[in-house]
Formats: sequence, structure tokens, C-alpha cells
Amino acid sequence: MTVTEDLVSYEDALAAFDPVMGLEVHVELGTKTKMFCGCSTELGAPPNSQTCPTCLGLPGSLPVVNAVGVESAVKIGLALNCEIAEWCRFARKNYFYPDMPKNFQTSQYDEPIAFNGYLDVDVEGETFRVEIERAHMEEDTGKSTHVGGATGRIHGAQHSLLDYNRAGIPLIEIVTKPIVGAGAKAPEVAKAYVAELRELIKALGVSEARMEMGQMRCDVNLSLRPIGREKFGTRSETKNVNSLRSVERAVRFEIQRHAAVLGGGGTIVQETRHFHEEDGSTTSGRIKEEAEDYRYFPEPDLVPVAPAREWVEELRATLPELPRVRRQRLQAEWGISDHEMQSVLNAGAIDPIVATIDAGAPADQARKWWMGELARRANESGTELSALPITAAQVARVCALVAEGTLNDKLARQVIEAVLLGEGDPDQVVEQRGLAIVSDDSALGAAVDEAIAANPGVADKIRDGKVAAAGALVGAVMKATRGQADAARARELILERLGVQG
Amino acid sequence: MTDLTRLTAAETAAKIASGETSAVEVAKAHLDRIAAIDEKVHAFLHVDTEGALAAARAVDGKRAKGEKLGPLAGVPLALKDIFTTEGVPTTVGSKILEGWIPPYDATLTRKLKDAGIVILGKTNMDEFAMGSSTENSAYGPTGNPWDLTRIPGGSGGGSSAALASFQAPLAIGTDTGGSIRQPAAVTGTVGVKPTYGAVSRYGMVAFSSSLDQGGPCARTVLDAALLHEAIAGHDPLDSTSIDAPVPPVVEAARSGDVRGLRVGVVKEFAGEGYQAGVMERFNDSVEMLRELGAEVVEVSCPSFTYALAAYYLIAPSECSSNLARFDGLRYGLRTGDDGTRSAEEVTSLTREAGFGPEVKRRIMLGTYALSSGYYDAYYGSAQKVRTLITRDFERAFGEVDVLVSPTTPTTAFPIGERADDPMAMYLADLCTIPANLAGNAAMSLPCGLAPEDGLPVGLQIIAPALADDRLYRVGAAVEAAFTARWGHPLLEEAPTL
Ligand SMILES: [Zn+2]
Repeated sequence: MTVTEDLVSYEDALAAFDPVMGLEVHVELGTKTKMFCGCSTELGAPPNSQTCPTCLGLPGSLPVVNAVGVESAVKIGLALNCEIAEWCRFARKNYFYPDMPKNFQTSQYDEPIAFNGYLDVDVEGETFRVEIERAHMEEDTGKSTHVGGATGRIHGAQHSLLDYNRAGIPLIEIVTKPIVGAGAKAPEVAKAYVAELRELIKALGVSEARMEMGQMRCDVNLSLRPIGREKFGTRSETKNVNSLRSVERAVRFEIQRHAAVLGGGGTIVQETRHFHEEDGSTTSGRIKEEAEDYRYFPEPDLVPVAPAREWVEELRATLPELPRVRRQRLQAEWGISDHEMQSVLNAGAIDPIVATIDAGAPADQARKWWMGELARRANESGTELSALPITAAQVARVCALVAEGTLNDKLARQVIEAVLLGEGDPDQVVEQRGLAIVSDDSALGAAVDEAIAANPGVADKIRDGKVAAAGALVGAVMKATRGQADAARARELILERLGVQG
Repeated sequence: MTDLTRLTAAETAAKIASGETSAVEVAKAHLDRIAAIDEKVHAFLHVDTEGALAAARAVDGKRAKGEKLGPLAGVPLALKDIFTTEGVPTTVGSKILEGWIPPYDATLTRKLKDAGIVILGKTNMDEFAMGSSTENSAYGPTGNPWDLTRIPGGSGGGSSAALASFQAPLAIGTDTGGSIRQPAAVTGTVGVKPTYGAVSRYGMVAFSSSLDQGGPCARTVLDAALLHEAIAGHDPLDSTSIDAPVPPVVEAARSGDVRGLRVGVVKEFAGEGYQAGVMERFNDSVEMLRELGAEVVEVSCPSFTYALAAYYLIAPSECSSNLARFDGLRYGLRTGDDGTRSAEEVTSLTREAGFGPEVKRRIMLGTYALSSGYYDAYYGSAQKVRTLITRDFERAFGEVDVLVSPTTPTTAFPIGERADDPMAMYLADLCTIPANLAGNAAMSLPCGLAPEDGLPVGLQIIAPALADDRLYRVGAAVEAAFTARWGHPLLEEAPTL
């Protein structure tokens, strides 16, 4: 049901307008239990099998705060350079919706646990600071499946199915301050921010932040103002933009759409919009005639959260090295360009490479295999690099076998293939497939003699001093030994047999 | 032969423990009494005959095996229909939960069962505990055993009437603005609102979360103390539950020594609107405390004047949110789901049909008070008043050990008299609301009959938070002195039903 929208070209839009963005990212925490009850958060269970009186909102039930959820929120706040509240409360956000069992969401309102922070992101070699307004704790809603309508949305559906397994799963909502000054790079900045945030969340170990699983969801707010004007324009809110590429596309589309409306003398309606993966467009959702009144008030069923300063400092001291700092360090250590580092990041190869180096491989070798052969294999099978059935230790072993001369590159690729096929460790594969380089002179010598005998013309040329012709005989030796020969040694033997100095 | 329904809880437990009677005999005597008279009183919404007899048999079985019994094992109890009971209907006095069978027990229910207390059934109440007369029950009013044409108080009128008509020696109430104490006062029984957080709210259907508090109801101060001890204590399922030892309430109830105790009479609880006979009995009580060796002084709590107004902003605000979950989608009543209507329409029709007028009034009041643009003026200001009231209490408790006042300004009024006048109804809780706003402990116990109508009058005692034992010390002293003066417990004067 994509409605055709008038768009102006991106370049024309940017020539007249300055984009202002706001990004709201929801992260599902990876706690074992829900935010306010003891139910499991495991994904994929049968509908409504992970529920209890509290997350079903049964009369009389009460919430109890998940301490791990609070700890995760504080860690995220610290990693985002935020201040951590000394005392804050939960609040009820009141609105009716069937996937919300209590018809209010337990959230935080004017007392977020973390506030006033920033996250630096790199776009095309330039650093851009995204300021963080707040990070607050809340609970997820259940999941509605609307059946019988054309769109899968509630409008037009015959009936809806409700699954409350997700209801009460802890969420952290991270809200940026208005992002100004990104100009034409706005879509890239938005994407880089979400990507950096995802890396950070994963590094903290508080969530796997898999966007395709809905563990991280993004709302994109965008407005345009004529270049030179201070005052922000009216914004649209594009909901549930759930991949990095989509974030970029949604920003780009909305810039072009807003510019078309404003350029045509129209006004932007404040509304929520749906994003369409198929063509990267957005369409109008619900129009906010007046700001929705959620009647927030402090949650009387919960006591305030007061993170002790000593505890906050303890958590700060245990924070891991943050992803951007780590990338900068590794790039310097490996001595590679911004562009190469970006490729490594995009390929999801940082952790495997580091692990391979830790397992004893030289950095350039580790990078070569992960970014080369292994990246190609992952790409072919459509899996994540980290999901390939080979360990960093195995890759490091392959590197070692090459370095000691047991394998050449061609054999090494065969060993890797066999490891991926589950044939065992590199050493086992070498043994079982008999892949080691043949450098033993007697075995190799026989192959060399055969090659000379089979190619008398070439042998004569070499005897006449055309040493370069030896390559043809080496090739024959390699062919005969199915690539397992030590090519350098084979060349030496050939020249020796023919009485020529190499 | 002893009438088992006339015994106190402590006496009943002793007779069961000694084998003089059995828990089953006691349960049967009460079930028979309910069958005989509750048609007239209408204290119960649901009588759980099977469950009660099974619980009684379990107690008798334990005794037969020589297992140790708790101090209230085998004693019957009437449970306010606001606590969830696994497998037994829980309606909160509302049509919207008609037929709902909870899948879980409230913490309090569980504690009662663990103590071997026999739950006879669920008692009538104002819908969602909103009211002071039990007339707001969707299932019809309850009569006051002293005069069946009068109200038994509210919201816990079913529990107070069950006690006063000897259908149960123990009952459970909940007190948000006086719903334990005011019914106790107008039926000549004892009711205690413990310190906020003393008794778990898990499984107690919420009206106003920051004010609601479950508590014991009985015919004597000692029985109330025994029940208090059985139901109080920290509950990890209720974040607002107090994590501290239960005060020594039973010991205090057995002592009853008030010599040297400083008692404050709250100046603001008197004057216009207070029935003459109520003030007369109250003044007697103060005099009695003096005779018993207490030191009585007058104290002023000026902010109490605003308590009622603050209460009627805070309680409706919280209730407007707490009651949002009743949408007809997951449990309870569902109206208008004929296959043509949207979920939103069905929710709307269900709430229209399922909630009574007082509940709707409070949901609307609260929705308004929390609205953007009005929040600061209403909810915000009410919270400030709440702080002022807490400070008044703190100042007063700097001078005295307990405060006393009449529990309610008048005796039981006739059913229907205030039904159309919410403001008049709200005044019944004038003296009880401040203790809820500040989270203090408070008790009501009988202090005689008003001369003009011969109906019971309640004396309210208020203690600081966590000092619930003081209520029992003072209550036991007053109770003993009055019983000695009258020659019998006050309830002996109630008409026979
Ligand atoms: Zn749950």
C-alpha cells in the first residue's frame, strides 16, 4: 500500500534545507528474566508460555525491579558518557492498547537513570559527536499478530492474536538530542550512530543487539529547516526502522519528501510514519492531532532506584575498552588505513582477527585469511563471519603451518575448506588428506626426473641457459604432485639435474 | 454446650489445640450460622464450604499426628473479596470481575492457609474498595448487625458485619482511607490498619497503591494481634513491603499497660459534623486513659484539614491507572463482542457495563487530575499536602506516643441516606484518611454506644510507622477497662439475629 510521494532529488533538498534528526533506539537487554517478574526472556517459546500474573497484568499482581536490568542500564549510561541519577523513579505511561496487559507501560519519565551524554562516531574519516539526551529503563509490550487484513496492521484485520511472552522484557530507550550540522551526511551519521551504539551494546555484554531479531529497534525523527534558520521545522517520526541500511534510507527518503512538501509551499504534518523495506519509502501512520497525553505519574508500586556512587564507580572501572577506542588502537597496531579498517569492521571481522592474533598468528596473516578466503566463504553461504564453523585457534594453526612451510597458500585454502566441512583440526586434515608439501628430495626427485623426461625440448632450452624456462617444468612437477610439492625446492632440483646455475 | 460461634479466636484455637473441639466442628458451626442468617446480613459474596471443611480437616489431621499447630490453627476467617484466592472467585465487589477465578493466591491468602486458618468465604465490599457503606457493591448492600437497615461501614462492610453477627471470629480488611477502621467503628468490632508496607499487597487487587494496606479485623484486641502477626512480614513480591521484623503486637496486646504513656488528642478532629454522642463516648475514652495512668495532652495537626481533598486527588489518580487493565480482553466481563466490533469498542462497552457509578466517578476524577496542564495543580499539590501531613504527624509524635480521635464522625447511618451525596459519604473518612496519607499505623476499637441512637462508637488510636505494637498496648488497656465497666463485651448488646 505504498503511496506515491513527491520527492525532490537529494542534492536539491540539501541545497535548500538543513536536516535535523533525533534518534530513539530501544535495546532489549539480555537479562535471563523479565524486568519486573521472574519469567524467562528466551526467544522462540510457544505463545504465552513465558508469562505469570505480573507480566499478564492480572488483578493484584505487583512488579519487582530486576537488579541486572538496572546494572545494564547504568553500564550503558556510563559507556555513553552520561551522568547517572543518584535517585530516580519509574513512572507509568498510561494508554490503552491490547498488547499492553496493564494498559500502562512501566517506564521512566522525567527522572531517567542516565542523562547528558554523547557518542562519537566516524563518518568518512571525520568524527561526529552525537549528544545523548537520556537513557531510561522500561518494559517491552506483548506482540500482536493481526489476522485477515491486507496489511498485517490492526486496521482491516479480522482478529488479532496476542502473545505476552515479550511483555515485560527489559528495554533501554536511548534518545539523542537533536542532531544538527550533519548536512548532506545526515543519513550516514544516523547509520554510523546506530552501528556504533550496537557495537557498544555488544561490547558491554548487555544485549546481543541483533536488529533482525528485534533486539534493537530504531525510530527516526526528522525535520528540515531552511538553511540559515535557527528554528526547527515540524518533524515526522518514522517507527521501527530495523536495520542499519534502513536507517540510512529512511533519513534520505524523509529528507527528500520533506523538501518536496516544504518546497511546494506545503506544511509537514506531525505524524508517525511506517518504513517499507521493499523500496525504502515511508507512508503516513497515525496523525497526532494533539500531543498524546500519557498522564505520566510516579509508579507507586515500585520504590525509587538509588544507585550508590561507589557501585557506579565500580561499574565504571569494569567497563570494557569501548569499540571505537579499540578500533583506533587496533588500526594503529596493524598499521592499516581508515578504509581498510572500515572494511574489517563492516565484515564483522574485528573479533575473529583479534582472537586469531591472540592464538599466535601474525596480524597480517590473521587479517589476510579472515578478510580473504573466510569472508568469501561466509559471503557464499550467507552467514556471519563469526558464525563460520572454524575457530580462531584453527585459523592461527593454518597460519603457523604456512609459516613453517608445511603448507602453501593453495594447500592452506584446502585445509580451511576441510575444517569448514567438519573434517577436524588443521593437523588432522593435513594428515588425513595428505596435504603437506612434498619437499623430501627422493619423492620430489622422481617427479623432477619424470618432468625432464617428458619435456625434452624444455630441458634442452634450460641446458642452453634459458633458466626462465624452468617454470614450465616446475609447473609439470606441481601438476604431478597435485600441488603438494615445495615449488622452490623443485626448481633447485631441476636446475641441478640439468647442470645449470640458478 | 458452648456456642462455638461466640468464642474469641484465641479461645477457639485453644479448644482445638486441647482437643476439646475440632476444627471441623468449629467450621461447621460457622457454616451453619452463615447458612442460617447471612441471607439477612449479606456479609458474604461467596461461601467456600468445601474449601473451609478441607482446611479444617487438614488442621485436625495435623493435630492427630501430633504436629505443632500455629496459634490460630483451625480458626475460621472471613476474607475480603479483594484478595486473590486460587480457584475461588474474586470479584472485588464489581461486575467487571464477575466469574473470575484467580490462578494464584495472594501472599496474605497463602499466609492464612499456612497458619491453618480456615477461610470460610469472601466478603462483600464497596466496588474496588471505593466507598464507606458497602452500598457501592455491585452485588447489593450488607446490613449492620446492630440494625439491618443501617450500613456496616465500608468498604469492608462484609468483613465487619460477619464479625458482629458471629459468622466468623476473624476477618481481613483493607484500608485505603479508613475501610478497615470505619466499618469496625460502626459495628462495634476491632480493626487495624498496620503501617504501610507491613502486610504484603501482592494479590490484593489495587485501588490506590500508595495508600492500600491490608489488615486484621476481629472482635477483640488480642485476636486482632494474633491475626496481625500471622499476616505481616516482608514479602519479596511486594517492593513496598517493609523489610524489618514485625513489631511485638501480641506481647503488647497481652500487656495493656499504658502507665506513663503520652496520649495526644488531635484538636482538629472535633466540631461541626461530629455527632454529640460520638464526642461523648470519645471524651469518656480519653478520661479512661487518664484513669489508667496515661498522660493526655492536646496536639494540633493543622494540615489535617486538607487531608480529605488531597486524598480525593491521589486515590482517584492512582485508581484511574490501576483499573485500566480491566478491558475485557484477558479476564472478567466482556461486553459487546459480537464479531463486528473492534477491541477498542469492546473495551469501551465492557467498562461502561462493568464499572459502577462511584468507580466511574473516581476514574474520571483521576484521569483529569493527571492530565497534562492539570497535573501540577491537582496531583502535584496533593502530594505536597501529603508531605505536610506527614510532617504534622512527625511533630506530634515528637511530643506524644500515640494520637487518639473518634474513628468516624457519626454512628452507622441508614442505607440509602448518603447514596446520592458523595461529599457526605466522603466525610465518613475524615478522621481516618491522614494515617493512610502518612503511612502510619492505626486502630479502631469499640468505646461504647451513642446515647441518642444506641449504636456503637469507635475510638481511633494512631501510632507512628513501625510502632504498631503501641496500638495494641493502648487498645488492650481501653478494652479491658470498658469491658470491666460494662460487665461484658460491647457486642453482647447487639440484637440477636
Ligand atoms: Zn512474568
